[in-house]
Amino acid sequence: MSRLGNLGARLYRGDVGYDFIGKRKFWYGVSILITITAIVGLVVRGLNMGIEFQGGAVLTTPKTTASIQHTTEVVEKESGRAAIVQQLGSGGMRIQIAGLDTDKSTEVKESISKELKVDANQIDTQLVGPSWGEQIANKAWLGLGIFMVLVVIYLAIAFEWRMALAALIALIHDITITVGIYSLVGFEVTPGTVIGLLTILGYSLYDTVVVFDSLRESSRSVTKQTRYTYSEIANRSINSTLVRSINTTVVALLPVAGLLFIGGGLLGGGMLNDIALSLFVGLAAGAYSSIFIATPLVADFKERQPEMKALARRVRSKRLKNEDREAREDEEDGFEGHGPSDGFEGPGHGGVQAPDAAATAAAGVVGPRGGSEAGSRSQRRQPPSRSRSRNRPSGKRR
Amino acid sequence: MAAPKKGRRSPGAHAKPWRSLLLILLALVGLTGGMFFSGHSTPRLGIDLAGGTSITLEAKNQPGKPNAINQTNMETAVGIIERRVNGLGVSEAEVQTQGDRHIIANIPRGTNEKQAREQVGTTAKLAFRPVLTYMPTTKQPKPPQQQPSQSPSKSPSQSSESRSSQGQQGSGQDDQGRAVTDGLKAQAAAAAPADDKPSPKPDKTTPPTTPPQQQLPPGVPPELAKKLQKLDCNGKQAKAKVSERASAAKSSEPVLACDSKEKIKYALGPVGVEGKNVTDAKAQFDQQRGQWIVTMSFDGKGSDDFGDTTGKLAKKQQPQNQFAIALDGEVVSAPSVSQRLSANAEISGSFTQESAQELGNILSYGALPLTFEESDVTTVTPALGSEQLMAGLIAGAIGLGLVVVYLVAYYRGLSLIAILSLLVSAVLTYTIMSLLGPAIGFALNLPAVCGAIVAIGITADSFIVYFERIRDEIREGRTLRPAVERGWPRARRTILVSDFVSFLAAAVLFIVTVGKVQGFAFTLGLTTLLDIVVVFFFTKPLMTLLARTRFFSSGHSWSGLDPTRLGAKPPLRRGRRASAVRTDPKEA
Repeated sequence: MSRLGNLGARLYRGDVGYDFIGKRKFWYGVSILITITAIVGLVVRGLNMGIEFQGGAVLTTPKTTASIQHTTEVVEKESGRAAIVQQLGSGGMRIQIAGLDTDKSTEVKESISKELKVDANQIDTQLVGPSWGEQIANKAWLGLGIFMVLVVIYLAIAFEWRMALAALIALIHDITITVGIYSLVGFEVTPGTVIGLLTILGYSLYDTVVVFDSLRESSRSVTKQTRYTYSEIANRSINSTLVRSINTTVVALLPVAGLLFIGGGLLGGGMLNDIALSLFVGLAAGAYSSIFIATPLVADFKERQPEMKALARRVRSKRLKNEDREAREDEEDGFEGHGPSDGFEGPGHGGVQAPDAAATAAAGVVGPRGGSEAGSRSQRRQPPSRSRSRNRPSGKRR
Repeated sequence: MAAPKKGRRSPGAHAKPWRSLLLILLALVGLTGGMFFSGHSTPRLGIDLAGGTSITLEAKNQPGKPNAINQTNMETAVGIIERRVNGLGVSEAEVQTQGDRHIIANIPRGTNEKQAREQVGTTAKLAFRPVLTYMPTTKQPKPPQQQPSQSPSKSPSQSSESRSSQGQQGSGQDDQGRAVTDGLKAQAAAAAPADDKPSPKPDKTTPPTTPPQQQLPPGVPPELAKKLQKLDCNGKQAKAKVSERASAAKSSEPVLACDSKEKIKYALGPVGVEGKNVTDAKAQFDQQRGQWIVTMSFDGKGSDDFGDTTGKLAKKQQPQNQFAIALDGEVVSAPSVSQRLSANAEISGSFTQESAQELGNILSYGALPLTFEESDVTTVTPALGSEQLMAGLIAGAIGLGLVVVYLVAYYRGLSLIAILSLLVSAVLTYTIMSLLGPAIGFALNLPAVCGAIVAIGITADSFIVYFERIRDEIREGRTLRPAVERGWPRARRTILVSDFVSFLAAAVLFIVTVGKVQGFAFTLGLTTLLDIVVVFFFTKPLMTLLARTRFFSSGHSWSGLDPTRLGAKPPLRRGRRASAVRTDPKEA
């Protein structure tokens, strides 16, 4: 704990940290890969819709002594689909199976009559319509649509449109991954799945908003200083809320993991497993995306703003100046890698390359920064209001 | 409570924490007491966990409509039956078609089976009754010669006929309803329908206590007026009770009814025309007036009755010239009548296409597009079985245990507050869900149980955010009490903004969707609200109180707030540097 606490402190101060923004290309790549896999899975395998959505067959048996569990096993083995088995007041069974065609249903009927020792002619077979009909599905979509629009508007007002957009992309990313996993694993989609997805949707946004809130706070007066670029501030902001993110994710995932591994282990399947799986994947994706996807996206969007580009330029020139002075004043106290001194095509040279420069700069900041001391001194000597051209070190191309 | 001597005492930090903690405690005791007192000590479970009753309905062929039993009509019927049995969307009833002409409705255990069967099976009863008087659901009965207004804040629009009717639109819109004849001339008015010397059988045993109304419209028995005054039309439960009584009443008796959409309650006279005498009704677009209207036609007996009744009504003053269309004891529309009408009539008002079609449907089928009869009622066992719920609860409990272990490991002393908060949150959720079962028919299904388990994480997040804030403040070198107070506003904002997003999702989904999604939205909204309540009224005050104890404020190494462990900077500042490093983004 003491180590953890200390780590928290060092994260908070920015002494240590992971360069989320600098490595964002890698994580974008990872996410795109997973998303593509998910989409391919969806297209190729499709979703296995449960009886609630597509209807199916319902078999009603006369009175039988077999147990529900036994019947379920027989039917699922025979049909290869999840079955809903209920015992009726008459002592018979009502067995609902999704997507059963006539040939299959005859086979299933025969095996049921054998196993349950009832007369096959007395088993009544009928088609059932979906209990979760189109009406419900359509209204659910409508509700989702309205919610998305409202939430984007709200985030655009509470934060700014760039954050709203990033949150939306992260949200779509989470949902796609979860749905993709479903199609790959081949679980049947039940109302429980849909509700799991909706839970994820809420949680994903919730988590993103918490991270954004800290980002907004730390970047409030970003243009009034010349020490960090926006991306670096964003990175520090992620790092300083990292402890909270990790703790929250652990606390949210532990019970779900319990459901998935313990509950699933006790039962070996069933609805509980379905829900727990979608929740587990979705919550993990939601926590991951708010840190690795949503915030870097915001930084990307922000770095395209002219004022942020200007800020990046100011920061860079200032660092150079410090470095120069340090070299002159023999105050080298371990500036790492001289990152900022090389590779300066970046902000100011078109949006595509802008992030690169930010990244290299960020790499310099994340490590222990000896330059800060000089920085504070230089601030006293040179008020930031001085024009940039004076700050430009000699011999540098412009 | 050994309060440390140093440190400012913020004004009001004394009484406040105690007060809100007391409030929460009272709420807990009250809810738990209420739960045991009402005998509903467990939440109602959905059909997937507890089983229930399965009702199979068979569509009947209707003479003259050979093709009525088609897929479209069956689906419409499914939708309507679903609405009936699952009014608020939280009772987890399932309705589906089976074969070509059957509908199965599964109703969770613990519902009133008889009532459910009535709701499901009966084609709704429709009747036209003259309005005797009405009043807003919250106020006194209206004297005559006064315009009804839909909402207290809005005065009704004055039409040339100075009439208005209710029920077509959402509140806040005035509808001008009128029935227009095909040019039949008015008859002399007969005796008022209310002079039939009604002898209402009081259902309530409580004696009337309210003084009789002064300005009663003529023909309203004072006893009826008194009852009308006491009639409770607020909330679905109350409305359902009223409409049940109204639809059970004899057609020769006056009844009390609520409006299906507006906040208005009516005293209605005996039935003027039976709904079964309506032969046809449909929504049409009136080209001339450029608006939607509903036309209806009656069979022979219906025409006679309708003519008689409208003839009487046309002579009367507002509100007694109105004709209430009561469906299952609820008033869906109350157009006013200006002249005698007979076989054909039309109702006009500010209909939208949808509301016109809805009223047309109601009039022509008594809501259901088909007539059904019950072909089978049987109990069914849970679709998932109890072992699923047990496994879920066990797994959830183990997961929670792990959460507690993790919190203790990381937050040490602070975890006491976290665990207590979780406990309060859990007890509140459980008791409220249990009480909502009987109150609004709320039922928990397995996904909702899982959702509640996830909600634990969201609740825990709120105080994790707060704890991290406090620790950050301590790292800044503050002592505990200022840290607790300074960390709160910022943590509070984060909590509110993020919870607002969750609540927005819940509210939108609850309003827009139906069925299970609606049930989920309800659970989500409830847990989000409880999260805010717990953090504001429990976690924060408790933190304030504990910050005064020596154990926490001295930064005991087990308190989870030990400055040295947290890596706070030493109180002696070594120049500007350290602070410049850290507070830079904030200092600008």
